Amino acid sequence: MSDVKIATRESYGNALVELGAKNENVVVLDADLAGATKTGTFKKAYPDRFIDCGIAECNMMGIAAGLATVGKIPFASSFAMFASGRAFEQVRNSIGYPKLNVKIGATHAGITVGEDGATHQCNEDIALMREIPGMVVMVPADDIEAKAAVMAAAEHEGPVYLRFGRAACGLVNDFPGYKFEIGKGTVLKEGKDVSIIATGVCVEQSLKAAEALKAKGIDAEVINICTIKPIDKDLIIKTAKKTGKVVTVEEHSVIGGLGSAVCDVLSEECPTKVKKIGINDVFGESGSAGALLTKYGLDADGIAKSVEQFLS
Amino acid sequence: MTNLELQRHANEVRKGIVSAVHSAKAGHPGGSLSAADIFTFLYFEEMNIDPKNPKMENRDRFVLSKGHTAPGLYSTLANRGYFPVEDLLTLRKLGSYLQGHPDMKHIPGVDMSSGSLGQGISAAVGMALGGKMDNKDYRVYTLLGDGEIQEGQVWEAAMFAGHRKLDNLVVIVDNNGLQIDGKIEDVCSPYPIDKKFEAFNFHVINIDAHNFDEIRAAFKEARETKGQPTAIIVKSIKGKGVSFMENNAGWHGKAPNDEEYEQAMKDLNAIDETLKKAGEN
Repeated sequence: MSDVKIATRESYGNALVELGAKNENVVVLDADLAGATKTGTFKKAYPDRFIDCGIAECNMMGIAAGLATVGKIPFASSFAMFASGRAFEQVRNSIGYPKLNVKIGATHAGITVGEDGATHQCNEDIALMREIPGMVVMVPADDIEAKAAVMAAAEHEGPVYLRFGRAACGLVNDFPGYKFEIGKGTVLKEGKDVSIIATGVCVEQSLKAAEALKAKGIDAEVINICTIKPIDKDLIIKTAKKTGKVVTVEEHSVIGGLGSAVCDVLSEECPTKVKKIGINDVFGESGSAGALLTKYGLDADGIAKSVEQFLS
Repeated sequence: MTNLELQRHANEVRKGIVSAVHSAKAGHPGGSLSAADIFTFLYFEEMNIDPKNPKMENRDRFVLSKGHTAPGLYSTLANRGYFPVEDLLTLRKLGSYLQGHPDMKHIPGVDMSSGSLGQGISAAVGMALGGKMDNKDYRVYTLLGDGEIQEGQVWEAAMFAGHRKLDNLVVIVDNNGLQIDGKIEDVCSPYPIDKKFEAFNFHVINIDAHNFDEIRAAFKEARETKGQPTAIIVKSIKGKGVSFMENNAGWHGKAPNDEEYEQAMKDLNAIDETLKKAGEN
């Protein structure tokens, strides 16, 4: 792990600019949050292909759908709360049902939104989006993966939900031979005692937790799942068979997110005891991202403790 | 096309609506019949389309924002040659491509899936915006119900269309005055509809939905309007053409039984006779 820290929303903005140069059909929509979602960088580079819809997310999703029908590749951007929550039914009926080629760039997801508090901390979006037939759901863990996911989303024909964070996080994919593929997870650390399957900003924390656990004699395998849907069944089954114990980590509700998706796979294919670490069916609150990760047991210490308890 | 020819086509469209809904034993005849003349004018005269090439790149687009009146759209598409008229009898049946609400993935000529009210207009706005961005000259038409405009998203879309001066967009509001729960002004009045669209920077035209001279003039005026989108508010009769369905909210979403179907077809056949005589004179 290097010391570089960058929020995946920054990566989103940067990737869009790169993508804009490569593909003139790419258009970016926002709902008055370009400064925060970082689509402002695209706006600066390609003002003619940037569409500010004003504070009207439902209409934005419909406009994106219409643009997709005439050959554009729209990236519709807002906070996860509004992209997946407020506009859920528009995403389902105007984008998902007709399987239109719309990419939803949802930033400020999860508890690490921080100070804005519960109204803006979306801990439900993975659950909402993975319910929609045909929707690809990706939660990049770092700058490298976020850029790769945006590029892959543009190549993929059909709707994609991309979940980005507000808070800066370290690199976890800065290793030689890194390759991104939709639907493929990555083993970041081999281990034999327990499998920690994490997504998004929780991957970095899980790697740190694994280091702490090592000192206590626990050899944890750490797996990064970026694509929650379609999920990498083979990898999940393989690691469960190897260690026999699985812990999932996400800054999302334990209901319907990565943990549930992993359990869906294991309960059918390889029944395994699973501990889900996430937001335990409560609303969040104001605080710094770091303080909130600590309070909700999602920082390295909290994860290590939960794993230890789970194994004892 | 002459008005008489349009009237004949519209009457065939109405027969298709009644037959489809009767066969399905479900569906929305009232709002399909009220919009039948508008559907007919759009597909038989106004729009640049090719039934043999439904995905023609520079075709004009139509979005049925009031998607529950799919029988009206399907009957028009069938009568225009997009698919066999007989297929209308498969409406809403398991395995049929004629879904209860428009499905762009499976129905030739359907440019956007719709049905959840308030959403179609946004997609139409997106299509119009795409046309502007690419300097294409296709036009985009969308039909809304007067009850549908109670949805807030309609006004989000209208604000955007007015702001972006989308003069390639025509929003048609089928003002038949009735929604499921009764008269629109009793449920939650959207009136004045014209003033509202004017306030959102639309060019607004009020017409009689069943008068082809007025319809033709309105769409011409819309084409000639530059720098702002057009809203055409069409004053219509819900259930138009079928005596017992006219102006009756009860026929919003109900299928006629066999006896009612016979009566409805009798009414429409009588219109045929009248049109035939008019043609002979």
